[in-house]
Amino acid sequence: MSNRVTNILVPLVSVILGLLVGAIIMLVSGYNPLIGYTALWNGIFGDLYTIGETLRQITPYLLAGLAVAFAFRSGLFNIGVEGQLIVGWFAAAYVGVAVELPKIIHLPLAILAAAVAGALWGFVPGLLKAKFRVHEVIVTIMMNYIALHVTNALIKTVSDGGDRTERIFTSASLRSEFFQNLTEFSRLHYGILLALIMVGVMWLILEKTTLGYELKAVGFNQNASEYAGMNVNKNIILAMVISGAFAGLAGSMEALGTFEYVSSKGGFTGIGFDGIAVALLGMNTPLGVIFGATLFGSLKYGALNMPNEAGIPLEIVEIVIAVIIFFVASGYIIRLLLLRAANKKKEAK
Amino acid sequence: MTKRKFGLGLSLMLAAGTMLAACGSDEDTSSTDTGNGGEGGEGTEETSDFSVAMVTDVGGVDDKSFNQSAWEGLQKFGEENGLEKGDGGFDYLQSQSDADYNTNLNNLIRRDFDVVFGIGFLMEGAVAEIAAQQPDAQIAIIDAVVEADNVASVLFKEQEGAFLAGVAAALMTETGKVGFVGGMDIPVIERFEAGFLAGVEAANADVEVDVQYTGAFDKAELGKTTANRMYQGGADIIFHAAGGTGNGVFTEAKERKEADADANVWVIGVDSDQYDEGQVGDANITLTSVLKRVDNAVFNISEQAMNGEFPGGETVVYGLADDGIDLADSRGAIPEDIMTQIEEFKQQIIDGDITVPETVE
Repeated sequence: MSNRVTNILVPLVSVILGLLVGAIIMLVSGYNPLIGYTALWNGIFGDLYTIGETLRQITPYLLAGLAVAFAFRSGLFNIGVEGQLIVGWFAAAYVGVAVELPKIIHLPLAILAAAVAGALWGFVPGLLKAKFRVHEVIVTIMMNYIALHVTNALIKTVSDGGDRTERIFTSASLRSEFFQNLTEFSRLHYGILLALIMVGVMWLILEKTTLGYELKAVGFNQNASEYAGMNVNKNIILAMVISGAFAGLAGSMEALGTFEYVSSKGGFTGIGFDGIAVALLGMNTPLGVIFGATLFGSLKYGALNMPNEAGIPLEIVEIVIAVIIFFVASGYIIRLLLLRAANKKKEAK
Repeated sequence: MTKRKFGLGLSLMLAAGTMLAACGSDEDTSSTDTGNGGEGGEGTEETSDFSVAMVTDVGGVDDKSFNQSAWEGLQKFGEENGLEKGDGGFDYLQSQSDADYNTNLNNLIRRDFDVVFGIGFLMEGAVAEIAAQQPDAQIAIIDAVVEADNVASVLFKEQEGAFLAGVAAALMTETGKVGFVGGMDIPVIERFEAGFLAGVEAANADVEVDVQYTGAFDKAELGKTTANRMYQGGADIIFHAAGGTGNGVFTEAKERKEADADANVWVIGVDSDQYDEGQVGDANITLTSVLKRVDNAVFNISEQAMNGEFPGGETVVYGLADDGIDLADSRGAIPEDIMTQIEEFKQQIIDGDITVPETVE
């Protein structure tokens, strides 16, 4: 079996296996898998509205995935994307509510505020890691909780004791009348374009700049990089700052596009944590993140339609979706099995 | 050799799948049954062409709190009007994150339900948006106010029930100290706190109240440590308005009761009758519960809508006077003479002689 054939076969077989096991689970629970999967398909591609909403769901996953992937490439495990996303969400919404400016200034300002807030939230663990060797996993996890409760307190202050801010001024909104008319009032917004541009930006930084080269070198081997004359500490901080900025941008997607406000949260949004899976599915490459985010976003959004159209309880749906993602993620095992099968055939000959 | 391994792997996978599925179906037998019933009865015995559905917030339909209560109200409404679960009858959709509200509301409206309920203040933004996009839809929202002609807003006077809980706590306490555990610091929970404080004040101004917010509705461990601190600090009755976090308060009280059968610890439950939560062997540490009858409200609004009197654009407030709020049966935990005093306060609130504050001064 040639390499190219295996490369195409592996993802295909993983998805099919995932769907099969998911079907068995539905069957055993007493639901018709065909109806279930039709509902899933319709939930993702059913009409223009669902396509718009699916794209809307993919947008923050793209940026959260980029954030995790970028840190990974520099040898850092940024679990704090969730917290950086939350502060970014708040910062963007605050700028959106606090002032009214011409759109050409207001919108970039709100987006920038989110990126800066996220970067700041990434800077702290980066600094601690660089200066005192405090492990970034511990610090970022703690920073998540700080972000959650600080923003909740700030929202209360900003909204005079309420639980959410006012709607942002339209001058700060990413929503687009064009997209809304195109997709029958879905919440699809211009953020998807920004997210795709950021995929390009990450690729540029990593592949075409000295900075990216150094970051990757630090990721491969810190001692070697230092020996080669690179400033390892500076690169660690920079990696966390840039990763945090991506996460902050993901927050601005929610603040300026999906919700147009920020409300106090009882728990985490989950987007930041799913971002880890998105990045790993995409093998931490910019293009891979697009694939991971599309898979995650589509399944997550489409799953909503399974209880709606097929009457399958949400708990079963969650298991089915998890199984599909599990099989896609374990593509390596499938590759191994395929290779063994091929070898055996050769032996038999 | 490899073939056998592959076979083993495959059978393991199947076994795992079956087990997982079995777990799922165990939990969902009840909903499976009703689901199948819905499919079977669809279109065959339609006694009414009115249909109604609801969207839960992230708590889910089995949260032992207001989502569940709302669903019970819908089921009761469906039963009394011969409706089946599913299209053209009554149904629900659960939300997993805040971003799902819009989609779920939209899905139900597209399935032509006559009235769609959004359960919980978290859905305020989504309801406002969908109401503007779908001017022909009738939407009702619980615990929040949305200003639109096609939206009925339903509020509760939580403070009135909490007031009675405060009276009960102040009259029952032996240490002169009681506690209040809140979830997130939001207006709805503040109404509980304000009512509780006012009730304690009215019944016995010398009783001290320890007020703590945990910041979350789903952190039982936080509720447990908070309750631990309160009991340690001398409080003997804790009123919680913290959803799942409050389950930790029950755990702490039950552990204390288990360790020492004579321990004087009580919990006042919230939203639904939480008597079952407080069972320790033969004893029970649930003093009473503040009932928030979301089921009654959902039932009433559905009925009005069916009769063509959907209160669109209005804000309907349920309190003690109209069975929207009440205290649960204490099952003997509160002695007769104190019950009479509580009843007196209740009557005064219903008559309007006492106005319970909504916010903490």
